[in-house]
Amino acid sequence: MSTADRGGAPSAGAKEQVARLLTLVPYLHAHGEVRLDEAATALRVTPEQLLRDLKVLFMCGLPGGYPDDLIDVDLDALEGEDGVRSDGVIRVSNADYLARPLRLSPTEASAIIVALRALRNGAREATREVVDRALAKLETAAAEGGVTPLVDPGQDAADADQALLARRLQGAADAGRQVRLGYYVAARDEQSERVVDPRGVVPGPGQARSHLYLDAWCHSAEAPRLFRLDRIEHAEVLDTPVATAPEPPRDLADGIFAQASDVTPVTLELDPAARWIVDYYPVEVLGSGLDEDVAADAPLRVVITVADERWLTRLLLRLAPHARVVAPAAYAETFTAAAQETLSLYA
Amino acid sequence: MMGRMAAGKSERLLNLLIMLLVQRHYVSKAKIREILYPDSGFEAFEKMFERDKEELRSLGVPIEVGTLDPLFDDEPGYRISPDDFALPDITLTPDEAAVIGVATKVWQHARLAEATTEAVRKLAAQGHDLDLGALDIVEPRLSADEPSFDVFWEATQERQAVVFDYLKPGDEEPTTRHLQPWGVARYAGRWYVVGLDTDRRAERIFRLSRVQGRARKSGRGGAYEVPPGTDVSEVARRLAPQPSTTRVELLVRRGAGHTLRVGADRVEEGVPGPDTATAWDRLVLERGSLGLADEVLGYGADVLVVSPPALRERVVGRLRAALDDRRTVTS
Repeated sequence: MSTADRGGAPSAGAKEQVARLLTLVPYLHAHGEVRLDEAATALRVTPEQLLRDLKVLFMCGLPGGYPDDLIDVDLDALEGEDGVRSDGVIRVSNADYLARPLRLSPTEASAIIVALRALRNGAREATREVVDRALAKLETAAAEGGVTPLVDPGQDAADADQALLARRLQGAADAGRQVRLGYYVAARDEQSERVVDPRGVVPGPGQARSHLYLDAWCHSAEAPRLFRLDRIEHAEVLDTPVATAPEPPRDLADGIFAQASDVTPVTLELDPAARWIVDYYPVEVLGSGLDEDVAADAPLRVVITVADERWLTRLLLRLAPHARVVAPAAYAETFTAAAQETLSLYA
Repeated sequence: MMGRMAAGKSERLLNLLIMLLVQRHYVSKAKIREILYPDSGFEAFEKMFERDKEELRSLGVPIEVGTLDPLFDDEPGYRISPDDFALPDITLTPDEAAVIGVATKVWQHARLAEATTEAVRKLAAQGHDLDLGALDIVEPRLSADEPSFDVFWEATQERQAVVFDYLKPGDEEPTTRHLQPWGVARYAGRWYVVGLDTDRRAERIFRLSRVQGRARKSGRGGAYEVPPGTDVSEVARRLAPQPSTTRVELLVRRGAGHTLRVGADRVEEGVPGPDTATAWDRLVLERGSLGLADEVLGYGADVLVVSPPALRERVVGRLRAALDDRRTVTS
């Protein structure tokens, strides 16, 4: 194996190229005439690589050695004077004996079956039924090839519902269709129903990247809103087209509230036990917070951007007693009142 | 860039595959050499042909070896049976295709992620609408960082014994173990291998993160049978140490504590509560103790811990400490 092979460059080895061709021919056979760029996207290769693969195919065929024995590829349609013509249509003929894809290798069969089992274990009832059907088909095909993977990925390894929901919501955004959401508002511990114009699904900021958010115009709030996917109870894609002008979703890399205007900066003092929030929420670390002279266990002062005071109160309760409000005083009083009220339950 | 040599080799491999696939009968080595390796001397041909066959086989191409004519000729011939070569037709409904698309995002393990994607590519080549690019925002979650994972995964498939050094909890030195692996299971966030310990002649389970150094496959493949009906997850649940959980009883204000309700084993509605401002429900749940006090505190005056006493004391203690703190900050 060459260095390039190990580096995973898709263009590297002859073996990998043959593997791609054994998928390409059946793909073309099943889909009829496809544009070069479409086929490249579907098969996850570059149009340039796909053209190089087709040129190899052009040199192959039945062992007779006569022109009629060779696979025919219309290369003229795919190549202009200045290189690849991405919008050219791929036409391949005389390759019917390669029309069916190669059987799954034992590793491929096991890898996909175990991935589906992980999805099954992490799914809700309705999704689980779908995964079971897909699994049964693949397990049957694998068993014919003598493969029975004895691997159990456990209960918490995948989140099928969130992934499928992301796919559905992004599809609605792409199609410009409204969505009705049942949403759990964590800041208020409350269920809500609303209709939104979806703009796109985006990953959360920083350490919270694994949480996905739907960015949408909310018709109840009459403002753009972010919805965490794991708090969406149900989502129904409606037939009604969106009512607001389409906009690309916000980039949350800089924090969730970066573009909001009605927010209050709140200064907090954090003990070491509460410092994890720095990685999870958009905060600014004040003064000598990262100074080497400051003892590791000294409190850290940060400014956190707060859109909803109830959210901050819940966060402070969760962190109690390791986080204190320095300013504004009104926020400190709200927290104190909440802590006293909670404590009074135990009186 | 694809060099001339590499392109030449791709052509040769594919032409060899086609030649063996379209013939009804075994093709002799001499004929293969004449057509596909015309410029090679005998030894060079032997070497190249061996390598080419192995490369095709490693892609999963089933090359059969047989005798051309049992009466006269003992020279082997080769062929590929189209039925063994091709993926059987798998019909998928659109919702099944959607979950299979999601499956490509599950593995956080380079080799298995690539294998899953390759499997989905083959299914897509049957004409299914499987959009591999649509889910790039979803993060993979099934990781297998233990260095020995790949060895046990392969050994399980090949039914091949494995030798490894294992550090038992409480031991200072690892011991060498011999195992016929039956399967691999993830339980409570950890990977285990289950199998027959041939030194102890008994069913055993090993946590992969406790395997020291390199695990090595030993002996031939197919050396043993997995006992019929073996359920690796059942064995893992039975033999792995139990994660510690606590039975928790909470009083929760009507309409609040949504995420607690979702995970509750039992909900009893309309029970007497600490105040009469709203109705109260009793929730019973089984939970790991990690982070539980944080979660309960986050609900403020909507949730009251009834038991266990340790959790109740921790919640009360933290609230008192927070209120004392306030006095020092404001004074």
